[in-house]
Amino acid sequence: MQFRHKISGGDFARAGNIASAVKKILRQLNIDHSVSKRIVIALYEGEVNVVAHAYSGVIDVDIDEIKIETTITDKGPGIADIEKAMEEGYSTATPQVREMGFGAGMGLANMKKNSDSMKISSVPGEGTTVHLVTYIKPNAG
Amino acid sequence: MKITDIITGLNLKVVSGHNGLSNEITGGYVSDLLSDVIGNAKEGQIWITLQTHQNIIAVASLKDISAIIIVKGLVPEVDTVEKSNIEKIPLLSTEMDTFNIAGRLFELLR
Repeated sequence: MQFRHKISGGDFARAGNIASAVKKILRQLNIDHSVSKRIVIALYEGEVNVVAHAYSGVIDVDIDEIKIETTITDKGPGIADIEKAMEEGYSTATPQVREMGFGAGMGLANMKKNSDSMKISSVPGEGTTVHLVTYIKPNAG
Repeated sequence: MKITDIITGLNLKVVSGHNGLSNEITGGYVSDLLSDVIGNAKEGQIWITLQTHQNIIAVASLKDISAIIIVKGLVPEVDTVEKSNIEKIPLLSTEMDTFNIAGRLFELLR
């Protein structure tokens, strides 16, 4: 099962809609609760990253019997130092975004913690791609 | 414990989400950072925060949080109230600050 959603940069009103849609699908598919909880966290953070930092983005979700693969591609400023961006507490979010309780520097760390594999590639000035894999059966990875 | 027991026990005002008042509460979580809540809050908890914008409902819904207490008499935005009704997540309000309301909730749930 594959589907694609678009995200607009700055559209905080809709942040979480994709995670919510995927959560409902995973429930219908009877995916283990502990697995869907992890995916929902990772997806939400991925959405918020695009909304808070990029101009636009696309999330592709691909669910099969053994795993859920998510690719989040955005057009935006990119990440100059990925290692630094992965550090908990490091954020380049604006003061306005932080005031809303976003930009705590936990997003990418939350995504890594809640997926079985995460790859980031980024071209500064162009955009960022994050690829996540989560196995439906915990031991399959 | 039922939300209605907590509303009575802590003298909370129900702002919206009346259709979710039969939700059960299993515990509490206190944070104003959305990434912290999305990463660490548990299903069935009641969430205490000073954030009032609509994203708190999205986070609460994704985490199956039972209700939100907004502290210090802060007024949630119109969008937040609307989404609370749609998602059936009660928005509760107190004049108390986070420290005091969390202390009382802890005592009540103990």
